[in-house]
Amino acid sequence: MPSVTNHEFVKPESILSGPSESGEFPDWFCDQQRAAWREFESLPKPTRKDQAWRFANVGLLDLSPFKHGGTLTEKERATILEQSRGLEEVAGRMIFAGDELIERDVISDQLKKRGVIFQPLERAMVEHTDLFRKHFMSQPAKLGSAKFAALHQALVSSGTFLYVPRGVEIELPIEIFHWLNGENTSAFPHLLLVTDELAKVTVIEHFRSVNEDAPGFACGVNDLVAGPGAKVTYVCAQNWGDSVIALQMNSTIVDHDASAMSLNLHLGSRYSRFESLSRLIGEGGRSDLLAVAVAKDQQEFDARTLQDHVSPHTASDLLYKNALDDRARTIFGGLIRVEPHAHFTDAYQKVRNLLLSDDSEANSMPGLEILADNVRCTHGATSGQIDEEELFYLRTRGIPVPVAQRLIVTGFLDEVVQRLNHPAIAEHLHRLIEEKFAENHG
Amino acid sequence: MKTETSAVDIDRNKGDFFYPEAHVRDAGIGLSERTIHYIADVKDDPAWVREYRLRGLKTFLEKPLPTHWASKDLEAIDFNKIRYYLSPGTEPKRSWDEVPDDIKRTFERLGIPEQERKFLAGVEAQFDSEAVYSNIKKAVGEQGVIFVGSREGLKNFPEIFRKWFGKVIPIADNKFSALNSAVFSGGSFIYVPPGVKVKHPLQAYFRINAENFGQFERTLIIADEGSEVTYMEGCTAPKFNTPTLHSAVVELIALKGAKIQYITVQNWASNVFNLVTKRGLAQENAEVKWIDCNIGSRLTMKYPSVIMKGRKARGEVLSIALANDGQHQDTGAKMIHAADETTSNIISKSISIGKGRATYRGLVHVPKHLKNCKNNTECDALLINATSRTDTYPAITVRGTGNAVQHEASVSQVSTEQIFYMQQRGLTEAQAMSLSVNGFVNDLVRQFPMEYSVELKRLIELEMEGSVG
Repeated sequence: MPSVTNHEFVKPESILSGPSESGEFPDWFCDQQRAAWREFESLPKPTRKDQAWRFANVGLLDLSPFKHGGTLTEKERATILEQSRGLEEVAGRMIFAGDELIERDVISDQLKKRGVIFQPLERAMVEHTDLFRKHFMSQPAKLGSAKFAALHQALVSSGTFLYVPRGVEIELPIEIFHWLNGENTSAFPHLLLVTDELAKVTVIEHFRSVNEDAPGFACGVNDLVAGPGAKVTYVCAQNWGDSVIALQMNSTIVDHDASAMSLNLHLGSRYSRFESLSRLIGEGGRSDLLAVAVAKDQQEFDARTLQDHVSPHTASDLLYKNALDDRARTIFGGLIRVEPHAHFTDAYQKVRNLLLSDDSEANSMPGLEILADNVRCTHGATSGQIDEEELFYLRTRGIPVPVAQRLIVTGFLDEVVQRLNHPAIAEHLHRLIEEKFAENHG
Repeated sequence: MKTETSAVDIDRNKGDFFYPEAHVRDAGIGLSERTIHYIADVKDDPAWVREYRLRGLKTFLEKPLPTHWASKDLEAIDFNKIRYYLSPGTEPKRSWDEVPDDIKRTFERLGIPEQERKFLAGVEAQFDSEAVYSNIKKAVGEQGVIFVGSREGLKNFPEIFRKWFGKVIPIADNKFSALNSAVFSGGSFIYVPPGVKVKHPLQAYFRINAENFGQFERTLIIADEGSEVTYMEGCTAPKFNTPTLHSAVVELIALKGAKIQYITVQNWASNVFNLVTKRGLAQENAEVKWIDCNIGSRLTMKYPSVIMKGRKARGEVLSIALANDGQHQDTGAKMIHAADETTSNIISKSISIGKGRATYRGLVHVPKHLKNCKNNTECDALLINATSRTDTYPAITVRGTGNAVQHEASVSQVSTEQIFYMQQRGLTEAQAMSLSVNGFVNDLVRQFPMEYSVELKRLIELEMEGSVG
C-alpha cells in the first residue's frame, strides 16, 4: 500500500479543469490564477498561420490527456532522489516531482546571513510578497505563447524563488531538478530569480522524466532579473522523455551594466518549444543567448527568441546550433528588435543547422526590426551537412565513419558550450550529449 | 488654374504632371461581375478568358487581406473606389507618327528619347491600360521574336499564350494575383524562339494617368530552349491625392537552357500601392534573373520568385530598395528549389531615409531528397536617420543532407569616419552622404544596364536631398 502524503490530490484530475481551489495560497494569488485561467480559456489556440507559430506542428498541442501530478510512492520518491545527479558541487538544490517539492538542499548559513533567499515559490509569495509581486510574470509572453503562459499562471503551484542581494556573489551553481513521473502527468515549473546590484549567480535546471516513454506535459515560465551590474548565468538541460510535450517561456531583464547569459540544451521530448525574451533596459547591459539541440527520430524543437534592445549602448549575442538526424525538425524564429532611440546597439544573431539525414528538416527565420539608426546588427543562418573532407581526413587517420561523424558533430556543438566558460557545467552537458549519441547508435 | 502649371513646377517634380484624360472606355468605379463582363466585352475576350476572370474575382473576394503578416496599411485601400478598367480606345500603334500628340508629350517628359529606339530592340509603352505604342525592330521580328501587348498576344498567338498563361502564378496564389486575374489588361507578351539570343533589351514603360485608377498589367515571357532575352520595365506616375493601386502579375518561363533577365525600376508616386506578383520558372539549365529596384510608391509588396524545376537551374534576385518618408518598401525574394543541383542567389540592399521603412521578406525552400542545391542570401540595410526603420524576415527551410544554404544580413549606418574623410576633401555633408549611399549600392547598380544605372544614381541623389542636416 503506497503511503499517501498530506497532499490533497488523491485522484488526479485533468489540467483542463482549471486552477485548484485548495486554499493553500494567499487570496491575491488565487485571484490572479482565476484571471489567468479566464485568459487561457479566452485566447485562441495557436495555428500555423500565426507568424509566431509558423512551421510548428501545432497539432501536437492537445492538452486533453494531461492531468495533475499524482502522489508519489516512497519507492518512486527514492528513485527520483537517487537519479537526481547533476553537478558535483552546488550551492543549493531543489528537486521537484511534478509540482511537488520533494527535496531541498538549503544554501549555506553564510549565504543566508548575507541575505540570500532560496525557498519554494509558495513560501516566497507569503514571506517576500513585495519582491514576488514585483517580478512574478511581470513580462507579457510576447513570443506567441500568451495562452500557455496564462495556463502556467493559472496552474503553477510551486517552484523556486531565488534572491541574491547587492554585491553577493554565489560561486557554486544553484541546481534545480524537475521530474515528470507517470503517464500523462504534467508539470508547471517556475523559477523566479532576482539579483540585486553587482550580485552574481549561476543556476542550472534539469528537466527529466522518470519513465522515458511516458507521455507528459510541461509548461514552464522563468522570470530572470539581472539587476544593475549583476551577472546571471542560466543553464537549462532539457532531457524530458521522448513522448513529452514541453513549452518553456523565459524572460530575462537586463539592467544597466548587467550581463545575462543563458544556455539551453535540448535533447528530450517529442515537441519542445522554448521562448527566450531578453530585454535590455539599461546602458551597458549585455545578453548572451546560447542553445544546443540534438534532435532525432520524430523530435521537433521550436525555438523563438527576441533580443529586445530598449536602451542605448546595449549588446546582445545569440548563437543557436542544431544537429538533426532521422525525421527530426527544428524551427528557429528569432528577432533582434532595436527600439526607437536605442542607439549604439550591438546585436548579433547566428543559427547553424547540421543536417545528418535526408528526412531531417531545419527551418530558420532570423529576423531584424531596427528602429534606430546608430546601430550595428548582423545575423546569419546556415544549413549544411558534415563536410566530406573533414570526414575523409579523420578516416585517413583510421577513425571509423560513425565515430568520425560523432566527433565532428560534437565539435560543432562544443563551440556553444565553451562560450559558457564554466568547466563543470560544460562537462555535465557534454556527458548528456554523449549519452544521446550513444542511444542513437544502439 | 492654368498659370499653376508653370515650367518651374514641372522641372522640380519630374513625372508630377498630367494631360487631360480622354478615356473612351471606362468600366466605372468599383468591382463586381458586371465590371468583369464589361472588360471581357470591350476586350473581346474568348470564353475561357472570361471564365478565368470570373474565377479570379471569386477568389479575390474570398481571400482575406494578408494583414496577419503584412502591413496594416493595406486596409487603407478601398476596393470599391477604384476604377478597374479604362483605355483610350485605341489599338496598339505600329509607328511613332500615329501616336497621339499629348501621349507623345508625356513620354517626352518621362525622358524616353525617340533616338532610343535605335538602341532598343522594341518599345512598348503602356499608357493607362492599353499599349498605345508598340514597335519591334525589324531585325528582332525577323528572328521570330514576338513582342506585343498581352491582348494582341492572346488574339494572335492563342496556342502559345494559353499554354503558359497562369501556369506559374495560379489565380489563388494570393489576393492580389486573384485581383489581377479578374481585371488584367495591358502588359507584354514575349516569345523568344529556340536558340535566339535577343541582343538588345526589350523595354516597356508603364504609367498611371487616371486618378483612382488601378493598373493591372499582365506580362508573360516565354524563352524557348537555349534562347536569351532581357526585359526592362520602368515606372513613373503623376501624383494624385487619393490612393492608387497597381497590381501586376508577371510570369516568366525559361525552357531548357534559356536565360531571362527581368529588370524593373519602380518609381511610382508616393500614394501608390504597388502590390505585384512576379515569378519565374526555370527548366533544366535555365536561368531566371530578377533585377528589382524600388524607389517610389507608398507601399510596395513584391517578392520576385524563381521556381527551379529542372536540374542545374539557376535563380537570382538582385534588389535595391529606397524608402523615404511615408514609404514602406516591403520587398524580398523567394527561391523554390525543386530539382537537384539548383543554385540561387539573393542580394538585397535597402536604404531607409527619414521615416522610411524598408523590409526584406524572403523565403528559401529546399525540400527533401534534393542533392547539391545551394542558396546564398545577403541582405544589407543602411539607415540614414534616427527615425528610419528596417526589418528583415527571412524564412529558410532545408531538408536532407547534401545542400548548402546560407543567409547573412547586416544593418548599419553610414560611417561618420567616411563622411568626415570626404568633408575634409571639400565635399559638403550632403554630397558625402549621397556618395556613401551610392557606394553602398554600387556593386549591385553596376550589374544594371548602363542607362538604368545612370538613372538610378540620379534618383538616389534626388532622394537623398534634404535628408541630412
